[in-house]
Amino acid sequence: MKQQLETILSNAKNELSETQNARELDAVRVKYLGKKGELTAILKGMKNVAPEERPIIGQLVNDVRAELESALEKQGEIIEQAALAEKLKSEALDVTMPAEEIALGHKHPLSIVLDEVKDIFIGLGFQVAEGPEVEYDHYNFEALNIPKDHPARDTQDTFYISDNVVLRTQTSPVQVRVMENQKPPIRIIAPGRVFRSDAVDATHSPLFHQIEGLVVDKNITMSDLKGILELFAKRLYGEDTVVRFRPHHFPFTEPSAEMDIQCYQCHGEGCRLCKGEGWIEILGCGMVHPKVLEMCDIDPEVYSGYAFGIGLERTVMGRFKIDDIRLFYENDVRFLHQF
Amino acid sequence: MKLPLSWLKDYTDIEGISNKEYDARLTMSGSKVECVEYLGEEINNVVTGEILSVEKHPDSDHLVICQINVDKEEPIQIVTGAPNVTEQSVGEICPVCLHKSTLPGGVKITKGKLRGVVSNGMMCSFQELGLDHGCVPYACDNGILFLPKGTPVGVDIKAVLGLDEYVAEFEITSNRPDCLSVIGLARETAATFNRPLSVKTPVVKGCGENINNYVSVRVDEPELCPRYTARIVKNIKIEPSPAWLRERLFAAGVRPINNIVDITNYVMLEYGQPMHAFDYACLSDGKIVVRRPKSGETIQTLDGQDRAITDEMLAICDGSKPVAIAGVMGGANSEITDNTKTVVFESACFHGTTVRLTAKALGMRTEASGRFEKGLDPSLTLPALERACELVEMLGAGEVIDGIVDVCSADLTPKTMPFEPEKINALLGTDLSAETQKEYLERLAFKVEGDEVIIPSFRIDIERMCDLAEEVARIYGYDNIPVRLYAGDTTQGGLSSRQILERMVGDVCLSAGFDESMSHSFISPKFYDLINLPVDDKRRISTTILNPLGEDFSVMRTTVLPSMLSSLAHNHAHRNPTASLYELGTVYTPVLKEDGTVDADTLPNEEKILTIGTYGKFTFFQLKGLIEAICKKLNIKNISFTADTENPSYHTGRCAKVYSGETLLGTFGTIHPVVAKKYGFNTEVLAAELTMNSLFTCADPVKLYQPLPKFPASTRDIAVIVDDAITAADMQKAIEQAAGNILESVKLFDVYKGKGISEGKKSVAYSMSLRAADRTLKDEECDCAMQKAIKALEEKFGATLRS
Repeated sequence: MKQQLETILSNAKNELSETQNARELDAVRVKYLGKKGELTAILKGMKNVAPEERPIIGQLVNDVRAELESALEKQGEIIEQAALAEKLKSEALDVTMPAEEIALGHKHPLSIVLDEVKDIFIGLGFQVAEGPEVEYDHYNFEALNIPKDHPARDTQDTFYISDNVVLRTQTSPVQVRVMENQKPPIRIIAPGRVFRSDAVDATHSPLFHQIEGLVVDKNITMSDLKGILELFAKRLYGEDTVVRFRPHHFPFTEPSAEMDIQCYQCHGEGCRLCKGEGWIEILGCGMVHPKVLEMCDIDPEVYSGYAFGIGLERTVMGRFKIDDIRLFYENDVRFLHQF
Repeated sequence: MKLPLSWLKDYTDIEGISNKEYDARLTMSGSKVECVEYLGEEINNVVTGEILSVEKHPDSDHLVICQINVDKEEPIQIVTGAPNVTEQSVGEICPVCLHKSTLPGGVKITKGKLRGVVSNGMMCSFQELGLDHGCVPYACDNGILFLPKGTPVGVDIKAVLGLDEYVAEFEITSNRPDCLSVIGLARETAATFNRPLSVKTPVVKGCGENINNYVSVRVDEPELCPRYTARIVKNIKIEPSPAWLRERLFAAGVRPINNIVDITNYVMLEYGQPMHAFDYACLSDGKIVVRRPKSGETIQTLDGQDRAITDEMLAICDGSKPVAIAGVMGGANSEITDNTKTVVFESACFHGTTVRLTAKALGMRTEASGRFEKGLDPSLTLPALERACELVEMLGAGEVIDGIVDVCSADLTPKTMPFEPEKINALLGTDLSAETQKEYLERLAFKVEGDEVIIPSFRIDIERMCDLAEEVARIYGYDNIPVRLYAGDTTQGGLSSRQILERMVGDVCLSAGFDESMSHSFISPKFYDLINLPVDDKRRISTTILNPLGEDFSVMRTTVLPSMLSSLAHNHAHRNPTASLYELGTVYTPVLKEDGTVDADTLPNEEKILTIGTYGKFTFFQLKGLIEAICKKLNIKNISFTADTENPSYHTGRCAKVYSGETLLGTFGTIHPVVAKKYGFNTEVLAAELTMNSLFTCADPVKLYQPLPKFPASTRDIAVIVDDAITAADMQKAIEQAAGNILESVKLFDVYKGKGISEGKKSVAYSMSLRAADRTLKDEECDCAMQKAIKALEEKFGATLRS
């Protein structure tokens, strides 16, 4: 009996190893374990076995069945995997075929950089202020220490709506509006459109963007101005950016400065990009003029502050090496899709 | 301002300072150097030569062969066709471009043959050297430059003609008119490098007589002319200035004319004080009156133009007529000519704004007016006048009459301010001792006496402590001011809720595949015609620019739609198969006066409009989907759409208004084909205009979690036939109302017209999703809800069930 069982097991295993697919596998299972299967037949024949041998033979049969079932399962897995591999093979793609485009929208390059600038300053505790683009002469000029007879007001630069209303030529009027409505501490940037009567060409546009900054509080010094703007330049242009502050003049700040960064192309040697100077002008800044503070009812004996103004177009043109300012306002998708 | 460095050396010492260092240090102390240019940069290997012989060329009528001594062992042979080189030219000395020489404009000279005869270079004219006739008054206009007798032979031409000179070009800010002068820049140079400054007081010998016997000066407008000084020079000999003076003027960018005119220009450059010279003989009654022009008075200015002058201006007049426009330009009637015998030198201080407005009104901004308009120091007139007279005597150009006319109403007492070194430190963030600050200020000609600072008269820009702080800072060096990152109270940074919402709107558009665009705020009024606005449309009333760049940029837009369509048209014209754009653009709605016209003295309302445009890709319903997506993102509820057949810019049958409850959010649809055609399209163009204010008002920032359903949903489909005119929205509403609260959602999934459906009818199919939060619905409940919905459709719209 025992021998018979061993023969069954060895035959079954042999047949099992020959199987190629689920159908053949099933045939083997039926042949040995099915209702009329060989092993089943032995079990059925147990009644002929002497009662005292029955537990031994029974155990033996069960062992053989367990081993057979495990072999079946194993072979089943092998077949399944082979079938899967076959299926995957048949489904293979030419992965070098072109993709189907997922057309995401592209942010305007001016917005890309502007949002970066906003996020840098927001992280430093600044809020984003806004003001009207069509602005009173008072805010655009007078309150910024640019009285009526100042040369900077010649009509060749300013678009006028009436004697009292202009298209703002700078974002600085937002400084005044903020200081009129908010007491220190003030920390804002004010990005926006400004307008100057420049004929359109590759480097001039009658419309462009500035980002104004203003901080007013007690004990604000030129050191703070330098600190924040140097940090800003490093964040925007990279950690190894070298900046310099150069004396300049603006009617609404004193002392005033322009901040240059060392030319990122020639590293200060002088090249075409920086017109041989080795430096590229980035922004104008200075300590808020006490007259401006006074006009906004802020006591310059108690408070001091700094302000700065960044030209966005120039910054973006430098960043992406764009050589024609007109591209910003044509909205050609071949341009927009590059950013 | 162009500064020849040799001139600078008259006043301070720049020995041992390289041009590069000079440039960098002056820039960092506040006088920005644009560049340092070498005047003779482009001239190389050009020397003086003496013509030894001139022979006819055997094969040419107009060429001659010259032997020229350039102080080498052998003379060199040069062939020339210059008309002024003849046999009589032997002995003349001229510039000779040797083999491998260069001239301005990238000209290269090499030896060669002219009609078979070897020519080892070229003789050249003053024009070829880049010179002005005024630099070489002895030169002929057409031909080789013959240099004065006695010019050494074989030396570099740059040394002979003053071209061996470095010129620094400065960009001077408008607050520093004192730096528009050699002395001013010498002062800045000396202060920057801490070197001595030596300005000598001019000395005039005089020739006796008394100026008061010649001229009387009356200033009627002391406000406009705080100081007027004058001297008289007789026995004038008008002739070219000496070479050194001509060369300096030329290097500084001024054309030499004659000795008297050159002296006035020289003094202006040196002191920063514009001067004027009149021909005394042309002044009637020996009088000078500084007054406003009378009505109707005119003057012919030195440039030959007849100018009408008004009583807003200031004129220099004689006993009867204007002879100059104060601070702007002299009159032709008193011009210095070759016959001038006696000259009045004027050195005056005029009111800056008046000069500026006058120059602007007459359209003649001059070197003098550009200086006066920034405001000049009344103390400067006298030293400048004396310097001019000193130069007259030095040049032997005439004899200076004794005495000076000086009509002065200006307060010449020096301004003082408290010296507050701690406050300066507090503003700068520095820790500079009072002594150091004092030293810096004194380098710049301030005087510090105790706790008082005496401001030099030429520093009209210094008014407050912060001005002194800037002086200290720029000498100390802005770069030396320590850097500190953060001081003061902590502030809470961040975007406002509206700014956050704007970013969200942009993000939805971007993720839907729309690109962000930006267009000009000013447009042409013709744009309103392009989008079909009727003549009486309110949106045509725009804020108008008084001085636009042109009609195309003349009004502030009241709608972004035409700009959007222009952007799409640009893409279409450039054969981009599709473009989908959005712009968060501002529109400007003017405030009207009672008579309905624009109130230009009041600011227009500025409002942001989300304008979307697309062609070649999206459909009407995809655009509608984008609008719904925006509303969903902003949590705007109760959205409804109604057909808009009235909007002139859109297709009458494909335009909708979108509402949240009663609030109109905007309009969208297919652009009217007539409008589209005007922009070059014959295919569908879609656009949407949503008011950001409305989106903001309706947006609900509060989003609360809804538990996910625990029980399954059942679906029921309904297909009915209704009149074509019945809208999907109405039917949907009817179903929603009828089916009760177990209706989770209802979706239109099919609309069919045509075969099997009678004319004027359509088949509409809806899928209802039914669900209860607390149980699995029974079939009967679902069927009941469906029946109610069908019944409602039958009753309200005469719908029949499609079998």
